[in-house]
Amino acid sequence: MSSIDDVMALEAPRPRRRRRFRRSGLLPYALLTPAVVVVLVIVFAPMVEALVTSFYDYVLFRPNAAKFVGFGNFATLFDDPVFWTSLWQTALWIGLTVPLQMGLGLVAALLLNREFAWRGLARALVIIPWALPSVVIALMWRWIYDPNIGILNDLLLRLDIVRASIPWLADPDVALYAVIATLTWQGFPFFAVMILAGLQGIPKSQYEAAAIDGASAWRQFRHITLPGIAPILATAGLLRTIWVANSIDVIFVMTGGGPGYSTYTLPLFAFVKARQNLDFGYGSAIAVTFTVILGAIVAVCIARTMREVER
Amino acid sequence: MRRDGFLKRLATTHIPVALVVLLAIGPFAWMILTSLTPSDAIVARGVSFSPAGWAPDNYVRLLAHTDFLGNMGHSLIVALGTVALGLVVSVTAAYAFSRFRFFGRRVLMLQFLLVNMFPVVLLILPLFTLMRRLGLLDTHLALIIANATVAIPFAVWMLTSYVGAIPKSLDEAAMIDGCSRLSALRRVVLPLALPGIISTGIYIFITSWNEYLYALTLGGRHVRTVTVAIQTLIGEYQIEWGLLAAGGVVGALPVTILFLLVQRRLVGGLTQGAVKG
Repeated sequence: MSSIDDVMALEAPRPRRRRRFRRSGLLPYALLTPAVVVVLVIVFAPMVEALVTSFYDYVLFRPNAAKFVGFGNFATLFDDPVFWTSLWQTALWIGLTVPLQMGLGLVAALLLNREFAWRGLARALVIIPWALPSVVIALMWRWIYDPNIGILNDLLLRLDIVRASIPWLADPDVALYAVIATLTWQGFPFFAVMILAGLQGIPKSQYEAAAIDGASAWRQFRHITLPGIAPILATAGLLRTIWVANSIDVIFVMTGGGPGYSTYTLPLFAFVKARQNLDFGYGSAIAVTFTVILGAIVAVCIARTMREVER
Repeated sequence: MRRDGFLKRLATTHIPVALVVLLAIGPFAWMILTSLTPSDAIVARGVSFSPAGWAPDNYVRLLAHTDFLGNMGHSLIVALGTVALGLVVSVTAAYAFSRFRFFGRRVLMLQFLLVNMFPVVLLILPLFTLMRRLGLLDTHLALIIANATVAIPFAVWMLTSYVGAIPKSLDEAAMIDGCSRLSALRRVVLPLALPGIISTGIYIFITSWNEYLYALTLGGRHVRTVTVAIQTLIGEYQIEWGLLAAGGVVGALPVTILFLLVQRRLVGGLTQGAVKG
């Protein structure tokens, strides 16, 4: 009898553990259900609807006239010169803004990583652009860029850098760059903060060893600092690329895409089409095209990072 | 010798840092100055740098003659609603991700990451037709739901990194002492993760408060948030920069202060997520 008890006692934990395992097998799904369901309903379902809408000729004020047109919207889109203008400007927009934000953020982070008395205050003040609402930023910079009484023209005139005031947002050749400057200003604190966190993770001893070996400041930066923050630069760069590509509120408030089409980016094009012409079919087609392009770029970036990590 | 050292530090540290700080706060400081200068003085003499030219005119007009406080109330309701919805569904999800290894974990985590990537413009059109069908246009709920599309994935991501930082041995100890999984979550993990939950909540609050495109598209005459209202402060015939600047300052100040309060912890969470992700 006692031996059977012993055997039972030895056996006992097993079914219990299995039972707990089975319980915990379902528990994570139960815990995830609310978030997953809500996201399915408010993100994935609308997304599928956008995809479906892009195959329809659907104008909001003629809802009953919606008809299936297959790839009709996309065919129109690829024939639309505004699409190609927007696509090129989107590339410029991302290609200039993200490196500028990163460069400025890197400089700020390197400075803020030094030791000085008011470091805490400086760190807090530098992130202020990050906290401000996009609308406020856009209006603020419209005011700074104002052709008649804006501070920027005033400063440049006083310093004799320009002869006549520049209509920053009204000149089709300048407007896009003016908006890019604004977005650079809005986004550089994000990089500064991320890079700063990376810098703090690099052991001081590495710099001390390098200094003993006689490495110059530049070589230390090149061979210790940069490799140390490379993963953060890659992650933050990718996050910002997505964010900058999608960001249309600042452009929308600053120029609305104008003058002409000179500050259109693809998502802005989609938004304006849907908002002003209420052409939801065409707008969705633009949005879907943009998402596919962006998704492809992101996938390539991630694949490359993965490969480098493996190496 | 010491003087040289000081001059060198001044040139290599203090002055460059001051320039970066000036770049960061200059535009906003300029807006504060603008808001303090009465509108007609701006047109006649420009923005005043000295307190002698300052007057609360723009703020008085903003608070007395526009419904700006009402707009702030709407923003508050929407932002708090988004925080509540975002946190409630995300806390348990974050716990599941950080404590269990289960089939489909990676796919589901990836899903929350991907959701972050979807362009607002792709969602805004179907959300508009959806809200119209449900009769939710121009209600707080519509804006809360729209903001949650951003807030939930973000909160899941942040909270997973916060909860992951709490040692597993603590919930195991609680379970040995007789707690069930859920009561271990409630009694041990939640209190320890509270600072992280609060800063995630504050960040959601800030982004919902600052959100503009959904508020513009899904809101309307009844529910007009601060960000949409600021735009309407632009005068009819000429742009009223003074009033606009006052609106910008009042609208941005609450979240700027909140942001400064949580920035350090928030950065910790963000970078942790980035390094692990």
